[in-house]
Amino acid sequence: MAGNFQLWISHELSERIRRHGAETFPHECCGALLGRDSTAVESGNSQESGTPREVLDLFPMVNRRDDSPGNRFAVTADDVRDAEKAARQHGLEVVGWYHSHPDHPARPSQFDREHAWPWYSYIIVSVMSGAPAEMTSWRLNDDRQEYAAERIEIRNSAGA
Amino acid sequence: MAVKVIIPTPLRVYAAKKDSAEVSAQTVGEALGGLTAQFSELRKHLFTDDGKLRSFVNVYLNDEDIRYMAKEATPVKDGDVVSIVPSIAGGN
Repeated sequence: MAGNFQLWISHELSERIRRHGAETFPHECCGALLGRDSTAVESGNSQESGTPREVLDLFPMVNRRDDSPGNRFAVTADDVRDAEKAARQHGLEVVGWYHSHPDHPARPSQFDREHAWPWYSYIIVSVMSGAPAEMTSWRLNDDRQEYAAERIEIRNSAGA
Repeated sequence: MAVKVIIPTPLRVYAAKKDSAEVSAQTVGEALGGLTAQFSELRKHLFTDDGKLRSFVNVYLNDEDIRYMAKEATPVKDGDVVSIVPSIAGGN
């Protein structure tokens, strides 16, 4: 079930995610990944893999979890609608989400899994003592029981 | 009543890649039931095992969140649009 998912992102955008994580430390940052994925419109099943998904822009968001922002993040449905609107305006779609794990490894937690949606890419950046560290990406399996790791490929481009 | 249900991007893979479906319903709850009758794989992503809407699944009737109306009992009329909107959460 490891899958063969790939997520393409420019160096510039990946650095913006890292910087966002450092800026909000010791709180979690979060935001939407705007991009393209041909599997969203072509026929095929959800476990089809190998077609790279590409992140072309970011939509940084405010973490709405005022009660526990150091180990939780949340964005509202209205925020999601705003992100989708921003994506549409650029001819893109929301292909996933990113958030940081302050002083914690870049591995999805049980809480992450319980709140995840299938299909989306979930980038996690670990921020250790304020410094961005490992960055990983994950997709929830169809059965909602586990994540498949998604390979992040940093592309040499100027970014969106 | 004929209503349109908008399917969010992450769930389209369970709905034959469609971004919306036409269903016949009297309430929002019936509209969602009609949707999962057409696409049974959607059920586990929208509802818990005991049949309640998952907490991070939001449903709008036109532009109103049904939480502020009669929830799933909210009546619908011809031409209404029911949108399923994810909320996103996580943490370590």
